[in-house]
Amino acid sequence: MILVSFIFLPLIAALISFGIKQESVAKTVSLLASLAVLGIVAYELTLPAGSSALQYSRIWLGSINSNFSLLLDGPAKITTLLTAVSFVVIFLATWKNSYADVNQYYGLMLLTMSGLMGVFLASDALLFYFFWELALVPVYFLCSKWGGEKRIPVTFKFFIYTFVGSVLMLIGIIYLYNKTPDQSFAWKSFKAVVLINKEQLYFFWFFFVAFAIKMPIFPFHTWQPDTYETAPTSTTMVLSGIMVKMGLFAVIRWLLPVFPEMSSKMGNIVVVLSIIGIIYASLIAIRQDNIKRLIAYSSIAHIGLMNAALFLHNGYAYNGALLQFFNHGINIIGLWIVVDIIEQQTGIRKMSELGGLAHQAPRLAIMLVVVALANIALPLTNAFVGEFLMFTGLFQYNVWYAVVAGISIILAAVYTLGMIQKVLYGEKNERFAVKDLMPLQSLALLLIVAMIFIAGVFPKPMLELGQAGVKAISAVVMK
Amino acid sequence: MNLIIFGGLLGVLMMFAGILLKDKRQVSMVALLLMVALAVLNAWEMNHGPVFHVNTADMLATSRFNLLLNEIMLGACVIYFLLSGRDIEKVGNYVAEYYALIFFIFTGVGIATSYTNLLMLFLGIEIISIPLYILTGADKRNLKSVEAALKYFLMGSFSTGIMLMGIALIYGAGGSFLLSKFNLQFTPISYNLVGGLLLILVSMAFKVSAVPFHFWTPDVYDGAPTVFTSFMATIVKVAAFVAFIKLFEGSYGIIQEKWQLVISIIIALTLLIGNITAVFQQSVKRMLAYSSIAQAGFMLFALFAFNFWAREGIVLYAAAYSLATIGMFAVLARMEDFSFEGFNGFAKKEPVVAFAATIFLLSLAGIPITAGFFSKYYMVASALAGGGKYLWLLVLAMLCASVSVYYYFRVIQAMYFKTGDAVAHAVTPAFKYLLVAVAALVIILGVMPQALLQYLYF
Repeated sequence: MILVSFIFLPLIAALISFGIKQESVAKTVSLLASLAVLGIVAYELTLPAGSSALQYSRIWLGSINSNFSLLLDGPAKITTLLTAVSFVVIFLATWKNSYADVNQYYGLMLLTMSGLMGVFLASDALLFYFFWELALVPVYFLCSKWGGEKRIPVTFKFFIYTFVGSVLMLIGIIYLYNKTPDQSFAWKSFKAVVLINKEQLYFFWFFFVAFAIKMPIFPFHTWQPDTYETAPTSTTMVLSGIMVKMGLFAVIRWLLPVFPEMSSKMGNIVVVLSIIGIIYASLIAIRQDNIKRLIAYSSIAHIGLMNAALFLHNGYAYNGALLQFFNHGINIIGLWIVVDIIEQQTGIRKMSELGGLAHQAPRLAIMLVVVALANIALPLTNAFVGEFLMFTGLFQYNVWYAVVAGISIILAAVYTLGMIQKVLYGEKNERFAVKDLMPLQSLALLLIVAMIFIAGVFPKPMLELGQAGVKAISAVVMK
Repeated sequence: MNLIIFGGLLGVLMMFAGILLKDKRQVSMVALLLMVALAVLNAWEMNHGPVFHVNTADMLATSRFNLLLNEIMLGACVIYFLLSGRDIEKVGNYVAEYYALIFFIFTGVGIATSYTNLLMLFLGIEIISIPLYILTGADKRNLKSVEAALKYFLMGSFSTGIMLMGIALIYGAGGSFLLSKFNLQFTPISYNLVGGLLLILVSMAFKVSAVPFHFWTPDVYDGAPTVFTSFMATIVKVAAFVAFIKLFEGSYGIIQEKWQLVISIIIALTLLIGNITAVFQQSVKRMLAYSSIAQAGFMLFALFAFNFWAREGIVLYAAAYSLATIGMFAVLARMEDFSFEGFNGFAKKEPVVAFAATIFLLSLAGIPITAGFFSKYYMVASALAGGGKYLWLLVLAMLCASVSVYYYFRVIQAMYFKTGDAVAHAVTPAFKYLLVAVAALVIILGVMPQALLQYLYF
């Protein structure tokens, strides 16, 4: 029963927010709702495994045997926690931003949260698809209405791209439903499906392409940099921090257990695609002058590594990937917050026009450096642990893959440090003055920095959260 | 049975109302009341049986399936009267006659959905079509309307002729007009029979505007007064589909293989041409005309596989498609400019109407939480239930659904994200509430399709 509130609390708050006229009330409602969800998520995490509060099921469409069933397992714990934490941080950090029709903006943000929670919790394929699409619709409106220039065509491309992917997945879901032993959409029944080789081949790709577009994996990534650049920054945070995890999470829940054989057969292709993407995106990131595009490409590289890790059939890699689910989300949201602060004050995104911010805003500079170092996965930061585990897995899978992918660490250092240098140091642009962090922004960034260090020094709790999930996957996949 | 008898009676009553009542508003009220009465009578038949027991000599037989679909059409028509009553009044001077014609169409619907005899099919389809020719040309001072009516009439006559030839051939093969007699399970397959079936297939495809028999649709829908386009594109099309399904239901088991090949080609063409042509339209009205062809492509899946999913699917599709299209046309009829640019900045002016229109468009595009999603879902599921043999068709259908997102969302973009001043007439508070109520209905069906489908069984 408690699980239902993950989805319905933001939903109700969203409906309330649509009806509110005052700006501050809408913001308060959103923040309170996200805090409440965070509280509930935190409570759920303390429950012992096997507790009845970790599952929920109710008949939804009786005649076709689809249930409104939710399940909070290891991977879901990490992603729901990430969602709840991120929304709190995002609302805090962008508290001072002003939007036209602010109540609608926050209402749509909360709707997105509701949809995301649904995706992470659903253990019924039809319900999963339902939320999968639903999470996209508010984002479409957010980006199209509040985005930067060229927002309409860019967002449209994003929407149609992901829509094409997901309708193919729908065919897969229906096909698998027909093959389940008890004609049901339940996750358990899907795992029990037996398919011949050819069917597996087709439907593996139907599912994977849908997920790959969402992540995005090379060569399905072309929507991503444009969308990240034009979307309003707080929406970009949701997109890059949480929404990309939908694809990765879906691989864990709906791809690996359902197509275990094909996942290991096709694993090599997927890993190679991911590695191409890692190197390709890193190289492009180096050439970027636009700070938003730089972060967008850096995100493609990181996501590529996580996706590769999921197909290695290696316990270390799974563990690292799950850990990185959370860490990548936190780090990239931190980066966007800094970018947003700079952009709100100066209106500039080009690194060549920025410079010398360290003198004007020392606290901002420190925060940016910490987050950026976490982005390179320096030891002591959270990303180090995750990436180390993933590279271990990759090394055990194929040494040469690890060598090639390892170059991306160096490339990441090149573009990230380059960014710090150009933005914080160097010659100061006299056309603008940057004020230092305001209290709420400091709070949001401090929270992020704290999470970076805590998870970097003491990753055990997070590793344990994912552990059960890793065991479950390993049991199915690595027979 | 109630629908046939009372549809005709109330139509006559409506004509008298036109003589007695001078105020157009009153005529509309009477029509609305009578339509509600007709809906209640049909619902009565669903639960308690017909009011009059008529010996139909095996010419007509009602089933729960067709009664439910009738009820959906009647319900859609009540909503249509509520939303578009004012627009009907504006078309011309003979308002009562327009309403009377709509009642007569429902008599035809009653026959076409419950026939068991090919002559009755012919009668039903003709009773539906002839009033439609008149309604299309109702705006007689508008040349486009007159042209559309003439075009529709000429093309319709051909299709009628083809249907009659088909029926004659089938009679020649089996010596009977009864559906049960040419059920292929008992009748030897002969050239006459197959030829006849193909000819009927052609004429029915014409009625549901399936490609390659769709050429009349855009011109007629575009030329006809917008209110009547709405009626034609929804209620009449659903009726034609029910008749179509009934015709081939019995024979399906034997000819499945070949039948699926033929129908899959028709579906593929309908989806491709409907969707791709819709992309290039500059007028929302014409876009909706092509979209109705595209939607027909999805509804044809009900004929592809006559199974449980298809039956439930067509019920859901009829409801979802009718609600959304009627709503969208009601909004369109209020617009000054029918082009996409005419919608620019509409959300600023009329936020409530724009919101409802968005829901309708999302439903037509088949996005979850709206009824359109489950209706498309059931159609795809019906085709997949038989295995993955026609996977290419489903992939094509899904890609076409993605194409449809493009043109439906263009309207949303114009309303919400572009600046301009869209002009809309006569948006009363009552109209807004109604529109929101219809939008709510679309969402309820999108979350709980069972709420409607249960009536198929209990």
